[in-house]
Amino acid sequence: MPDQTIISHRTLPLGEARVGFRGRIVALDMHSADGAGLPGPELERRLIELGFVEGATVELLHQGLFGGDPIAVRVAGTTIALRRREAMAVSVAPMKTPS
Amino acid sequence: MNGDISVAPLPRAEQAPESTAAAAIVALVGNPNCGKTALFNALTGSRQKVANYPGVTVEKKTGQFTTPAGRAIKVVDLPGTYSLRARSPDEEITRDAVLGRLATEAVPDLIVCVADASNLRLALRLVLELKHVGRPLLLSLNMMDIARKRGIEIDIDRLSAALGIPVVSSVAVRRGGTDGLLAELDRALDRRLQAGVSDWHAPNASELRSGQREADRLLRLAVRSEGRLDPGTAKADALLLHPVAGLVILLAILFVMFQAVFAWARPLMDAISDGFTWFGALVGEAPLPEILRSFLKDGVIAGVGSVIVFLPQITILFFFILLLEDLGYMARAAFLMDKIMGGAGLHGRAFIPLLSSFACAIPGIMATRVIDDRRDRLTTILVAPLMTCSARIPVYTLIISAFIPDRQVWGVVGLQGLVMFGLYAVGIVGALVVSFIAKRLFWRTNAGEPFMLELPDYKIPQLKSLLLGVWARALAFLKRAGTTILSMMILIWVLASFPQPPDGATGPAINYSLAAMIGNAIAPLTHPLGFNWQINVALVPGMAAREVAVGALGTIYSIDGGESAADKIGQVLSGQWSLATALAFLAWYIFAPQCASTLAVIRRETGSWKWMAVTFFYMLALAYAAAFAVFQVASALGAG
Ligand SMILES: Nc1nc2c(ncn2[C@@H]2O[C@H](COP(=O)(O)OP(=O)(O)O)[C@@H](O)[C@H]2O)c(=O)[nH]1
Repeated sequence: MPDQTIISHRTLPLGEARVGFRGRIVALDMHSADGAGLPGPELERRLIELGFVEGATVELLHQGLFGGDPIAVRVAGTTIALRRREAMAVSVAPMKTPS
Repeated sequence: MNGDISVAPLPRAEQAPESTAAAAIVALVGNPNCGKTALFNALTGSRQKVANYPGVTVEKKTGQFTTPAGRAIKVVDLPGTYSLRARSPDEEITRDAVLGRLATEAVPDLIVCVADASNLRLALRLVLELKHVGRPLLLSLNMMDIARKRGIEIDIDRLSAALGIPVVSSVAVRRGGTDGLLAELDRALDRRLQAGVSDWHAPNASELRSGQREADRLLRLAVRSEGRLDPGTAKADALLLHPVAGLVILLAILFVMFQAVFAWARPLMDAISDGFTWFGALVGEAPLPEILRSFLKDGVIAGVGSVIVFLPQITILFFFILLLEDLGYMARAAFLMDKIMGGAGLHGRAFIPLLSSFACAIPGIMATRVIDDRRDRLTTILVAPLMTCSARIPVYTLIISAFIPDRQVWGVVGLQGLVMFGLYAVGIVGALVVSFIAKRLFWRTNAGEPFMLELPDYKIPQLKSLLLGVWARALAFLKRAGTTILSMMILIWVLASFPQPPDGATGPAINYSLAAMIGNAIAPLTHPLGFNWQINVALVPGMAAREVAVGALGTIYSIDGGESAADKIGQVLSGQWSLATALAFLAWYIFAPQCASTLAVIRRETGSWKWMAVTFFYMLALAYAAAFAVFQVASALGAG
């Protein structure tokens, strides 16, 4: 497990979240996305370019038929489709209040 | 992120004379789906030109227009991007054009960043990055109508002050929707801003992160937004992205598309075909020397006619593809298909190039540029020609209507349409299998490029820009019919007419021609496929373009004594070919590398003869194997 100090025990990788999950991005951690198709630094840059930065709200809207993959995630007002293995790099904390 | 560089109003009096005559150059930059194409169309109307950047195959769209103040402007539409940090050839062009690094292109006088006002977050980060380039910069908040309807309030003055650049709103799809932008263009160019110093470098993760933070701050400052998902999009996606229903609907859409291509085009095709027959007959009566009359009637008119007759089908197909794209459905289709494609070693994004390949492999192969990873891209290029392109439709249509009875199965579905669907399906399955094998054979790897894609809100497509797009494609097809295809038809006519039969010859004249000699020469090779020499002859010019084979068969058989319109060719064929031969011919056409232009594009896109050769030979082998299997099995079942 990466850097336990900044991640509360309630966080989970976005790649393991279910449809309907709502939360906030706590950290981007490339070590959790070993299966990703890109080297860590490049994956991190692409995730940020698509709006995955710490503090942004996320909601998992849809998932594919086979293995629940890929997923469609609402990131602070933009909908992004990605595979779960890359979403593993996004560490999220659930939010209680669905507004 | 401080940077008033771009507005520093440095007068440029000394350099002014050259810029009064030459048009000012304006570059459009923006995220994908921001409405950049629509805006470009609104600004330039039909005064636009599509070409390629020298040395690369990235599409270069330029256009001209005059501002209300009478200033001539040359506008360049650059490929959509989230960052100047280029990850694909397309994005490299955007980066280099913005930075003024393209040797052949003039440096833009003004950069217009186009943003979707209803989805500003990522665009604002791009604006902040663009500011580092130091060129005069203007932000156009496009799709303002949608933003308003969704209750998103943007304080434009505040945003402009905070960014330190002019900001305007625009509605690309409404008359007068670009007035504000046009006025601001004049104002910005009047100021004769000079480019400041560029301190842009490819941002690293922490720079990107702080850029997005700053963008988020600006968003809070200037935008009051409900921040909600577009209700229409949410409702539609609940169904269209549903794991099961979504896939079923996608398949249904594809099926309807092909039924439409087959059925709707019929009346128009009949009219075109009748027209050419009538015209040919007219020329046939003309007081001309026999050989010239035959050349015009059987070579030129019949040849071109039997290709142009397929224009309605090609138009309908492109209409569907462009419609799905403008609706915002294409990205959804990629989402739904990603896992299936991924299982075959393809990237979800390959779905769009492959779907375009249904119209023509050439734009499809060129569209693979959206795939960043080289291996994923090569795999997609390799299999793109297996998608049933529109040039195969003439061949399929001809054979199907000649050999497959026109009746209904299960009460509702036409048998002919079903066979057509089957041919498409075999092409798709073939492509999946080939890419699966290629992935393991060539790359020996599983991990590919990540699938990351924005799913834009659904939009109501604009009929005008849809028709503009269809028109451009139809023109391209006609141009092909008018040049490559016409010259091939004439070549065929020559091959089929010379040498002329000796005096006192008894058989049809073509039996003595060069065409017959070629056909007979390769007969031993194609005999196991059930091909006769007429087919062999038609295959050779079919290399220029698949649909030429139809006209070629017409020429060969009409000189043989028949008529030339597609229907008549069909009648002749059904009398002369066995069902097994016809089916083998269809199987051949699913796989055969019968298109020189596709091969040329592969060579250009991959930059290597190797990949062109690989494509050619694997397709040839597949085609031979498929035709062989089909003919032998069908013959054994009694269809020989
Ligand atoms: N309502 C509205 N629709 C727009 C506007 N601009 C573009 N569109 C639509 O948005 C869709 C995508 O636009 P397009 O120009 O293809 O986006 P691009 O990917 O940036 O080139 C099309 O269906 C357009 O008709 C706008 O200002 N208002």
